[in-house]
Amino acid sequence: MALGAIGDGRLLLLLVGLLSASGPSPTLAIHVYTPREVYGTVGSHVTLSCSFWSSEWISEDISITWHFQAEGSRDSISIFHYAKGQPYIDDVGSFKERMEWVGNPRRKDGSIVIHNLDYTDNGTFTCDVKNPPDIVGKSSQVTLYVLEKVPTRYGVVLGSIIGGVLLLVALLVAVVYLLRFCWLRRQAVLQRRLSAMEKGKLQRSAKDASKRSRQPPVLYAMLDHSRSAKAAAEKKSKGAPGEARKDKK
Amino acid sequence: MLLLLLGIIVLHVTVLVLLFVSTIVSQWLVNGGQTADLWQNCTSGTGAIFQCLTSSTNEWLQSVQAMMILSVIFSVLSLFLFFCQLFTLTKGGRFYLTGIFQILAGLCVMSGAAIFTVRHTDWHEASENTSYGFAYILAWLAFPLALASGIIYVILRKRE
Repeated sequence: MALGAIGDGRLLLLLVGLLSASGPSPTLAIHVYTPREVYGTVGSHVTLSCSFWSSEWISEDISITWHFQAEGSRDSISIFHYAKGQPYIDDVGSFKERMEWVGNPRRKDGSIVIHNLDYTDNGTFTCDVKNPPDIVGKSSQVTLYVLEKVPTRYGVVLGSIIGGVLLLVALLVAVVYLLRFCWLRRQAVLQRRLSAMEKGKLQRSAKDASKRSRQPPVLYAMLDHSRSAKAAAEKKSKGAPGEARKDKK
Repeated sequence: MLLLLLGIIVLHVTVLVLLFVSTIVSQWLVNGGQTADLWQNCTSGTGAIFQCLTSSTNEWLQSVQAMMILSVIFSVLSLFLFFCQLFTLTKGGRFYLTGIFQILAGLCVMSGAAIFTVRHTDWHEASENTSYGFAYILAWLAFPLALASGIIYVILRKRE
């Protein structure tokens, strides 16, 4: 008896669950997405993008509508309609010859472009998409602001100043180190040449010392100069070991 | 010798702390119960309730923010380079790189504070009660200290 009651209860629960699942569900609706605000400059063009997501296959009966409510007005006028694969653009209202259909329903895109903006275009644009049988859903609104100059986003000036100065400083430091490295290398090359010359002159002076009497003063002068230069270079490069040698002595 | 090293490090850390506090605390202007800049404008309501809004997006304020951030970066780099050069420099060598970065930090602080002084009326209406907050004063304090610290590094020779 008890087992039978439990079995009945479980069946009832299953039935209730199935019934509730077949009712209205949040995923079985059409979702429309537009940006919240769009900024445009007077005289230029702006793209009002509208994308949607539908749980049904995109059929031929899909319809996309754009409404416009001017700033300070309570009326919302229809300015664009797309139905049965054919776009219908406003050719009598305030957007006459200024609107362009750039959307593609197959790609879930219902965007329009408005050229030659004017201050009267300030207002709210509403994008509404219906894809039978998927017709339940919220339309989305985008507010257009037409300004003389579009303000730059916050952080552009900040980031560019920081990045520019850091780059400049890094470049300067790199250039200074490169120059120093090249200069030291040149010094080493010159040093090697001087020491090679000194060796050659020493050998020759040893041979001709007895024969020529006028040459020695010049040779000695050269030897002295090269020796002093070599000693100075040795002092610079060998800091601690040289001192250690002195200490040992 | 060790005393000199300690003194130099203490000076550098002091400059760093001044720069950090001046950059982070948003109290460059004070007007009664309201504090403003560099990052937030706060009003203290009844009791201890603060209502804060982000500061204006004016380009001059952004440049002041950039200069303060740069000064902090340069000072930190300078401290790091000081310890690097302490162990790698040859005897008798000078701490050029450390000194140059510290001097750059001082110049950045100065330019940031100067730009703020000249241009703060662009994004705040001038009123009689507005006075400069302590973060602004710390910025001006950090400038000569940073410069002095940098010059000491440039003059100092490595011993021992």
